[in-house]
Amino acid sequence: MQKADNLKEYREELHESLNNDFLRTSLDKFAVAYKAGRANAFKDMDVKGLIRKIADSKDYAAQHIDELYEEFKKNAEAAGVKVHFAKDADEANNIICRIAQDTNCRTVVKSKSMTAEEILLNHALEDQGLEVTETDLGEWIIQLRHEGPSHMVMPAIHLSRHQVKDLFTKVTGKDQESDIEKLVKVARRELRRKYAEADMGISGANFAVAETGSIGLVTNEGNARLVTTLPRVHVALMGIDKLVPTLHDALRTLKVLPRNATGQAITSYVTWVTGANECAPGPDGKKEIHFVVLDNGRRELADDPLFSQVLRCVRCGACANVCPVYRLVGGHKMGHIYIGAIGLILTYFFHGKEKAKNLVQNCINCESCKDICAGGIDLPRLIKQIHARIQDEDGHPLPSLLLGKLLRNRRLFHTLLRTAKYAQKPMKEGEGYLRHLPMMFSDQNFRALPTIAEKPFRDMWKDIRPDVKNPKYRVGLFSGCVQDFVYPEQMKACVKILGDNQVEMDFPDKQSCCGLPVQMMGEMKAARDVAIQNLRAFQKGNYDYVITLCASCASHLKHNYPKLVAGDPHLESLAMEFSRKVIDYSSFVHDVLKVSADSFRKTNESATYHAPCHLCRGLDVHEAPRDLIKTAGLEYRECDEEEVCCGFGGTFSMKFPELSSELLKKKLDNVEATGADVLLTDCPGCIMQLRGGLRRRGSKIQVKHVAEAMAENKK
Amino acid sequence: MTDQERVVLFKEKAAAVAAEVHEVKTSAEALDYIVDLCDKKEACQLMPVGCEAPLSDKAEAVCSAKQKKVIAAPGLDAKEFKALKTRCEKVGLELIDSGMREHLAGIDIGFTEVQLGIAETGTVLLASKSEEVRLASMVSEIHVVMLPQSKIVETSYDAEKYLVDAMKGTPDYHAFITGPSRTADIERVLALGVHGPLELHILLLED
Repeated sequence: MQKADNLKEYREELHESLNNDFLRTSLDKFAVAYKAGRANAFKDMDVKGLIRKIADSKDYAAQHIDELYEEFKKNAEAAGVKVHFAKDADEANNIICRIAQDTNCRTVVKSKSMTAEEILLNHALEDQGLEVTETDLGEWIIQLRHEGPSHMVMPAIHLSRHQVKDLFTKVTGKDQESDIEKLVKVARRELRRKYAEADMGISGANFAVAETGSIGLVTNEGNARLVTTLPRVHVALMGIDKLVPTLHDALRTLKVLPRNATGQAITSYVTWVTGANECAPGPDGKKEIHFVVLDNGRRELADDPLFSQVLRCVRCGACANVCPVYRLVGGHKMGHIYIGAIGLILTYFFHGKEKAKNLVQNCINCESCKDICAGGIDLPRLIKQIHARIQDEDGHPLPSLLLGKLLRNRRLFHTLLRTAKYAQKPMKEGEGYLRHLPMMFSDQNFRALPTIAEKPFRDMWKDIRPDVKNPKYRVGLFSGCVQDFVYPEQMKACVKILGDNQVEMDFPDKQSCCGLPVQMMGEMKAARDVAIQNLRAFQKGNYDYVITLCASCASHLKHNYPKLVAGDPHLESLAMEFSRKVIDYSSFVHDVLKVSADSFRKTNESATYHAPCHLCRGLDVHEAPRDLIKTAGLEYRECDEEEVCCGFGGTFSMKFPELSSELLKKKLDNVEATGADVLLTDCPGCIMQLRGGLRRRGSKIQVKHVAEAMAENKK
Repeated sequence: MTDQERVVLFKEKAAAVAAEVHEVKTSAEALDYIVDLCDKKEACQLMPVGCEAPLSDKAEAVCSAKQKKVIAAPGLDAKEFKALKTRCEKVGLELIDSGMREHLAGIDIGFTEVQLGIAETGTVLLASKSEEVRLASMVSEIHVVMLPQSKIVETSYDAEKYLVDAMKGTPDYHAFITGPSRTADIERVLALGVHGPLELHILLLED
């Protein structure tokens, strides 16, 4: 639940989580175990293909939502179900309360339903004097503790066995042990009585199958089978997004849902209920059964060209499982009711701007969630869009507004960077780092920050530009701000390698920042303007490729430019052509130039690798840089969690230094454990973070761009 | 995939989710298996933990209502049921095929015949329109199912037509059952038998 009024209060809440050792340890273990379990469950399967099909089928359902509802209702009613449509939470709660009243129900057992959490159904029922018992073990535990879930699939993941023991001791009035097997059996036997006594069973539905009017329920504990069997009345509450045309669509989703949720090929139980089944205490020996289909803003979402994809969510919770921020702070700080990346988005749509405004800033944009989402939802993009929407409605904070204005004026921006070179003089610590940061930046001290270079790459270019005879390729170099003004030596390294391989290079000097930092801050207009400037700067170059050494720039130029200029056909075609040509340094050198190890000296150095988020997930590049490390004559040592974010996230690290520094700490612990001499990567932002962190630790490990390691060892 | 490959895959996948799979040559052998299993098991005492933890007085009252060892086998054809009855009487076990609501505290074994098996996940499909079948498969400590080997299909898509046809003959209630009831809700530690059976035994019938 979100209670923070502003970002400051939200950050204070984050600190509580960061200080919770149990939470931190268990989420760390989970993050590592989950990835292995999921990979194993999907072994030998075409996961991406399957996800694409699920996305298509869910998109089809969203576009035909009214027809599917009519078909579902007709078939369900023919089978003896009463079907209700609820336009919002209040209406759904009223319908269910009325059913309870009309059927004289006093006690309710529930199986887990996020939709019921969404509408706060338990509160509504309890206000009517009904006794409600959650039967999913995790849900029962949090119900007894008067908490909300901290994960969509494992609602009590934030609690220890000792906390559960204390709770069960209180509930049973008898001393319990903290042995998990025993605690589970206590729940089994305590809850059995509740099923036996209950008048009404309330379930959710994972699938509402239109062709038969059936619902499908996915559980491990089997509680949904008892909830839908024992009480004389059954109410199933489902969002209208649960509608699928056919059983085949449900079976397809079922191939991904449990694998993504918990790494299981399938859950212990999948229950398919069609119509008013046999039920001894019901009227005529039949169950009284109601389906309550909830809109609550979903139909409006279905019509939104960008946000309709939200309805593809199958509530597997995987976006939390892989989120490095969730791993640090837990679900109570990573959602209001719905948790994880999708939770940040759904909070805005179901629970409003006030609950969402802080949450949506807490995305580091590492794309881990997008990479595994069962519905292929572009979660980070939607989160940024909501952030932008909220800022458009509520007004933009000054720093973000200023940065937006500044970046739109390239000359001013670059002049300012040049001036900073002089302004930073009193703060220099030597070796290219700032010594003391002004007070306002004191929470940035977990890493040493670099100084602005004496001479930006753009000023060196005409002197170092190689004269290439008989070029094999003609390329445009996109430096990005950091390599232009902070680390020009990385660009120089690239120029050396490319020049030696008969690549003719050009550096269009009207290029500017790629615009990702302002997009991260929700300044969409500025992001678009900067994109257009860059498109024009590269427009006339007649390049075979546009090369960048920055993974974040590369991914942003490639994937976001066409989206940013959408709506203008001329710019769109320009952006598409540009996007096709954009390639990251490692892929170009490895896949296109195919450089050979013969051109490099063998060294005795060992190197480990950090995979930038926007390279490994943003561009799906995995092998190229690792191969190049070996090509360049170094021994490659694999690092644990090599593809997990370093915590930089551009402006994220300025906004949430407490999270950035924790992510960096984990990353560097893993790096140091390899014992490697050098840490290589493909992104100047990551280099800034990693180098600064290692320097603060006093480590001897050197951090370099892959291009630098290659240039150094070039024969 | 050949018939034999499907059986092998089914056995492997079912075992991976803690189901016990045994091959039986005849249904008589299956009945012997059940009676033997129940006979060896102590009433409400077989499982490693459970009965010793103290409960609230009300829950304790429900639990102590159960005394005798009970097998429920609803939905069995009359001849099979009679054969099972004879075996149960011989060793002093109670056999029922209805009145499951009187046994909500738990029975020892629920025996059901399942309609299909899905090899890729080790899943069995239980048609449970009958409330007695549903309950027998849920409140039993051990759920034993009999699955003819010829009814094993490769993937869930191969079960689709069967299931859609069943759903169209409303009302209908089907379950995919894959291993025993499980939870990992406390500290992500796997525990079997939270609401449903603590064990699932699958008897693969040669046919």
